[in-house]
Amino acid sequence: MMLPVLNGQMIAFILISLVLIGSAVAMLFSRKVIYMALLIGGVFIGAAAIYILLDADFVGFAQILIYAGAITILMLFAIMLTHHGEQNEKQGKGHTVFAVISAGGLLVLLYWGFNSIDWSKWNQLSPKTPNPVWGDNSVQAIGNAIYTSYVIPFELISVVLIVSLVGAVILARKGEE
Amino acid sequence: MEPTIVRYLLLAAVLFCLGLFGVLWKRNIIIVLVSIELMLNAVNINLVAFSRLGLSPNINGQIFALFVMVIAACEVAVGLAVLIAIYRNRSSSDIKDMNLTKW
Repeated sequence: MMLPVLNGQMIAFILISLVLIGSAVAMLFSRKVIYMALLIGGVFIGAAAIYILLDADFVGFAQILIYAGAITILMLFAIMLTHHGEQNEKQGKGHTVFAVISAGGLLVLLYWGFNSIDWSKWNQLSPKTPNPVWGDNSVQAIGNAIYTSYVIPFELISVVLIVSLVGAVILARKGEE
Repeated sequence: MEPTIVRYLLLAAVLFCLGLFGVLWKRNIIIVLVSIELMLNAVNINLVAFSRLGLSPNINGQIFALFVMVIAACEVAVGLAVLIAIYRNRSSSDIKDMNLTKW
């Protein structure tokens, strides 16, 4: 059996995973809602680091701009606009048991699924390319793909974005009287 | 030892289950929305991992991840607008009080 040798990529992956899972768990179990909104920023930045580790630079920086910037600030605004005192954790017993059973059951199911796959065969089939197939410029590759294969989805998604933002403004404004 | 795809898949699975737990367990509706974002991020990690380390690596996974981000931004905007509208009527952000459509 080969001794697992840690290289830089693996160390980075382990550290990023610890930050990601750690801030997600801390987010779920912290008492104050404000801390939760700040800890979710850690999760988003960790996910961006994972994307950059996977040579997807553009998606990583878009993640930082959209999630860690815009969505975290939007969450903070919503928390400030609503009541945000200490959260009284008076969940019902059955409520907690149900949540633990569903989330844990899904995790066990997924882990069982991963173990049932023959990964040595996967390693034989998968191409041995150390460099990403899109070259060293993922921005150019994404731009090419969006403006050739994905023009219609791109336009449709801009329509969805504008409609949902206008709808959000109409929903959130004060009533007429 | 390179991080192979199964490690990324396991990381995303743990993140998805934490998000699911938050959706089912938390009572503050903002935190429920944040947990949905966690689940969407887990899906994005899977998409980008398959785009780099899958059986046929190509750029399409990253483009789908970008589309998921845009839809997530729409979802947050509309969700928070609905939340603020309900909060104005009910003065509560507890999910137990969101039974307006209950018969």
